[in-house]
Amino acid sequence: MFRDIYVTFHGFLQNFGAMCLFLARLVQYTPSVLIKRYSLVTYQVYNAGALSIVIIMVSGLFVGGVLGLQAYSNLERFNAEDTTGIFAGFALIKEIGPVITALLFAGRAGTSLASEIGLMKATDQLSAMEMMAVDPLRYVAVPRFLGGVISMPLLTAVFTTVGLLGAHLVAVELLGVDVGAYWQQLQSALDMEDVYEGIIKSVVFGIIASLMAVWEGYNSVPTAEGVGRATTRTVVITAIAVLVFDFMITAWIL
Amino acid sequence: MQQTRTMEVGTGLFALLGIGALFFLTTQTTGNNDFDADATYLVEARFDNIGSLKKRAPVSMSGVTIGRVTDIRFDSESLEAVVSFVVDSQYDQIPDDSDASILTAGLLGSQYIGLTAGGSEFYLEDGSEILFTQSAIVLENIIGKFLIGGPPEDEEE
Repeated sequence: MFRDIYVTFHGFLQNFGAMCLFLARLVQYTPSVLIKRYSLVTYQVYNAGALSIVIIMVSGLFVGGVLGLQAYSNLERFNAEDTTGIFAGFALIKEIGPVITALLFAGRAGTSLASEIGLMKATDQLSAMEMMAVDPLRYVAVPRFLGGVISMPLLTAVFTTVGLLGAHLVAVELLGVDVGAYWQQLQSALDMEDVYEGIIKSVVFGIIASLMAVWEGYNSVPTAEGVGRATTRTVVITAIAVLVFDFMITAWIL
Repeated sequence: MQQTRTMEVGTGLFALLGIGALFFLTTQTTGNNDFDADATYLVEARFDNIGSLKKRAPVSMSGVTIGRVTDIRFDSESLEAVVSFVVDSQYDQIPDDSDASILTAGLLGSQYIGLTAGGSEFYLEDGSEILFTQSAIVLENIIGKFLIGGPPEDEEE
């Protein structure tokens, strides 16, 4: 039994170490890719970011709406419904915006990245590139990684903004909170540091989600089953890592 | 070619939207509580009890925020709390016998320092000390006195 634990732990360590080295190589190639092959990066920003905008906006609208609804119905008991804006703003900017965007991003863009790279590997496209002395890491992995890292903060900002407008729609337009009180209270309660916290989180989550997708795809078993498993692992590991890191960043900043 | 154009337009729109949203978040959701003046002067006040006053708490006069608490420390000789705060230099005509009291914003709000103007001809300047202060009203003490009975005693100055 101890041997099993040892083998599992050893395997985990090996995997984790290889992933860190992979990240280091991605970062190492980043400047040259940004300069020489920026059109590839642009295409991946389109792929991962622009195409995710609809799901992000619709989710943001409804998440903001439900926050406004919950905040209002609970704060109303204390006659404090004017502070709905603070409640929705804090929740969206510091926690819900970055986390839900990262989870949606993993589901929408992460899976497509992982399965795309996995299929390229399964159909020997990556080996073919190596044959032609084209480094697939530079040509395939780095642009996708960068596309995700650039897209995530922008998507988070869009999600949070649409969420605030959704909460405004529900609280002010439907439930009758005063519009001045909603924004005024929000503005006087939030500091610049709170917004920075959300931005820092979105950048870290962007790195995590993009790294997981590219890494899992790049290391998938080159079979139909292997690609499917890589896609699943991308979502599962991203979700866990994002939630753990969310806790750690919050504890570190507070 | 057509496809490239669509992609470029989409990416551009996405980036614009994202940057616009970032701009909205940084400018529209934060703000007016930030007291930032280019030039300030430092004033001190001593209190018997500061309640739960914190650093960065606002200093206000007639309800307008004119300064911010920069430091709170305990003087072990006089056994008093010493609160330092900065006041925006454009408000340089505050009488030096003004009265500082620690007030609470709303029933459950955070505490701040309220200044009430005095009648002196001399004004507060950098390093001056406010002599007339009123401590924070600690809610628990009032409730305690109320439960024990009898009218609440006057707050000692």
